[in-house]
Amino acid sequence: MAALLSAAKLEAFYGPTQVLHGLSFDMQEGSITTLLGANGAGKTTTLRAVCAMIRTRGEISFDGQRIDARGTEDIVRLGIAHVPDGRGTFVHLSTEENLRLGGYTRRDRHAVAADIERMYEYFPRLRERRRQQAGTLSGGEQQMLAIARALMLKPRLLLLDEPSFGLAPLIVGQIFDIMRTINQKEKVAILLVEQNAAMALELADHVYLLETGRIVISGDAEAIRNDDSVRRSYLGY
Amino acid sequence: MNIFWEQVGSGLVTGGIYASVALALVMIYQATHQVNFAQGEMAMFSTYIAWSMIHAGLPYWVAFVLTVLISFVGGVVIERVIIRPVENAPVLSVVVVFIGLLVIFNSLAGWIYTYTIKSFPSPFPSQPLFGFRYVSPHGIGAIGVTLVVLVLLYAFFRFTPLGLAMRAAAQNPASARLVGIRVGWMLALGWGLAAAVGAVAGMMVAPIVYLDPNMMSGVLLYAFAAALLGGIDSPGGAVLGGFIVGVLENLVGAYVIGNDLKLSLALVLIVGVLIVKPAGLFGKTLVTRV
Amino acid sequence: MDANTTAIATRARFLNARLAGWVALAVLSCALPFVISSYHTFQVTMVLVYAIALLGLNMLTGYNGQISLGHGAFYALGAYTAAILMNSLNVPYWATLPASAGVCLVAGFLFGLPALRLEGLYLALATFALGVTMPPLLKYKALDAVTGGVQGIVIIKPDPPFGLPVNQDQWLYFFTLVIAIVLFLLARNLLHGRVGRALIAIRDQPIAAEAMGVNSAIYKSLTFGVSAMYTGIAGALGAIAVQFVAPDSFDIFLSISFLVGSVIGGISSIAGAVFGGAFIVFIPNIASQISKAAPWAIYGVFLIGFMYLMPGGVVAFLRIALAWATRRFRK
Repeated sequence: MAALLSAAKLEAFYGPTQVLHGLSFDMQEGSITTLLGANGAGKTTTLRAVCAMIRTRGEISFDGQRIDARGTEDIVRLGIAHVPDGRGTFVHLSTEENLRLGGYTRRDRHAVAADIERMYEYFPRLRERRRQQAGTLSGGEQQMLAIARALMLKPRLLLLDEPSFGLAPLIVGQIFDIMRTINQKEKVAILLVEQNAAMALELADHVYLLETGRIVISGDAEAIRNDDSVRRSYLGY
Repeated sequence: MNIFWEQVGSGLVTGGIYASVALALVMIYQATHQVNFAQGEMAMFSTYIAWSMIHAGLPYWVAFVLTVLISFVGGVVIERVIIRPVENAPVLSVVVVFIGLLVIFNSLAGWIYTYTIKSFPSPFPSQPLFGFRYVSPHGIGAIGVTLVVLVLLYAFFRFTPLGLAMRAAAQNPASARLVGIRVGWMLALGWGLAAAVGAVAGMMVAPIVYLDPNMMSGVLLYAFAAALLGGIDSPGGAVLGGFIVGVLENLVGAYVIGNDLKLSLALVLIVGVLIVKPAGLFGKTLVTRV
Repeated sequence: MDANTTAIATRARFLNARLAGWVALAVLSCALPFVISSYHTFQVTMVLVYAIALLGLNMLTGYNGQISLGHGAFYALGAYTAAILMNSLNVPYWATLPASAGVCLVAGFLFGLPALRLEGLYLALATFALGVTMPPLLKYKALDAVTGGVQGIVIIKPDPPFGLPVNQDQWLYFFTLVIAIVLFLLARNLLHGRVGRALIAIRDQPIAAEAMGVNSAIYKSLTFGVSAMYTGIAGALGAIAVQFVAPDSFDIFLSISFLVGSVIGGISSIAGAVFGGAFIVFIPNIASQISKAAPWAIYGVFLIGFMYLMPGGVVAFLRIALAWATRRFRK
């Protein structure tokens, strides 16, 4: 089966500094893949590279088409939704306006309205706060809002950057449950960047481990979970 | 007492014009964090375009609508062609580009239309309505037009998807791209709208101060003062600031310092606001973390 | 020859080249007024005058990061001080310079005090207002007796002293040249030493600078004062050279020209001030020659073009070009 997302010899730069040194990886339709690694390994950079938010060299393909030369707005319209680190919420707009913006590129107004309702079912807390300014929501609620906004795009691929960051363990658990549900019900593939390796390994099918801009380990999540030496030396537990 | 109300009345009229230009300034500032120093000259040039059309025989309101449309397109083109290449240049370089625009428009107007003062027609009847003597009919009409423009803009930004997208693009361009908004075109649209609003302001003020290439420089300064007073990132504040500045200008000019020095009021206001409350009446006070 | 000797030899050659360059420049500037017409000498004098004004602006903008769109007002203040002193009190022309300097130093410092709190665009707006307000203030009827109202004041051109065998324009050129050199050296010592570093620290990392004990309030106001002083001295020199002051010569376009000249030349350098001065004097003339009808439009096009090609100014562009050229020729 052809990969949904694939990268070949991907390099990425912040200005003159090279941060990714020839990454090659791929993802299947409907799968969950996680990128693990220490701070500064290049995980967030990889997500940004896929969305053309930074300068890259090398090939990236989505659904058979090359996307490395396109702009962020076009890549997003192909069906890739990105929940950036820090959530990227429109803090001065209301919760509902944030959701509507998620559906900005879609033509079918009624379906968008129906989807907003569906998001409120996934995340009831958001319905209570629909008219509230998004910046006043709690961290967990903003994370849920960010994911909901991304889902409004009806994406085939969801890029998630550190969803657990700064959240209480209970909320993190809820969010991971929702991600599992979304993956199964909506058939959305998820590329997950996480510091919380344990939770990520529970969720994912496939793992890539990054170190200073290179992939050092790639494998089945199950296998890595059961491999004590890898876990101890690279993941710290 | 009559004189007082007359001054207040004409202050509200000019205030409405300051409010419109201030709104245009704030719109561009919100979207780009740049102050468009050329706003006044663009508005003046639009007014000249209207003048040519009226002189060629077109009915007033046809010329009005056409001018607004042409100015809108002009604003979009200027943003895409001239401003975009220096988007990421240092602040000072961008300021110089704005100044270049200012100078080009001013000079082109002088060249094409000469520096002789021209009169610009008012679409409103010349007899006072209902015998109301404190504000001229054109003044009332101008206030009316200003309010209509402001309400339309408010409705556009608040209730339409495009308006929402423009607000999003101005507040958080990175996230806006991630939902598929073409941020560059949103900026261009913002410029187009600002140019259109400026054109309306120019056409409303020309009958009062007569049309010449330097018509808008005083207006621009007062509009700056108004935008700052209201809060450079608050559209509502800019509008309110405009009316306040207009009335203050007339009252201070009539009762305190005489008409010659009225312009220095703008200076005092600007410096005063910036010292006492830099965020203006309604702007967001920025607290920076050390 | 081993590496060390080669390095020393190269450096010696480099220093010799620089010295030769300065000597050539000195010879050229002394010979200049004798080989060109009086009018051209006057123009070069004005280049120097504007260079001094721009030096003041560069201090503020380039070194201290404060934008001013109102320096024309200080130029006007210096010019009018000189004119009034010469006209009403028969003060000799050279004595008006310290007077203008003092007046503008104080005025600049006083304006700088509240202006402390303003950043970037807000300061630009406040100074813009200052620049726009100057002509109406100068035309204010109550001050007519002193300022000469709309007509302004006419100044008599000074004669060369001690019966020197030069004409008035040439004398003014040398006078201005000497003043310019003194002021440039003074600025260089100020800006390349402790004061300059403090200013740059305040510009780049204001909070860290404060934390390190740099009293940024005093520095910022003083910088404004000194910057205004330089521009005021330039105003006095300019008034003497042009022999005339009138309110409309000092409108917002003058302040705009200063900012433009500063950015074009390069705001963080002393040499840039000279390039900027040349731009202000000569480009409008060239623009007029290209288009009699709309010279400012051409000027505006020049401005925008410059900003696309050299966003860092002429000096920065030259430095990059020089670096590129040296790299190519070293191979």
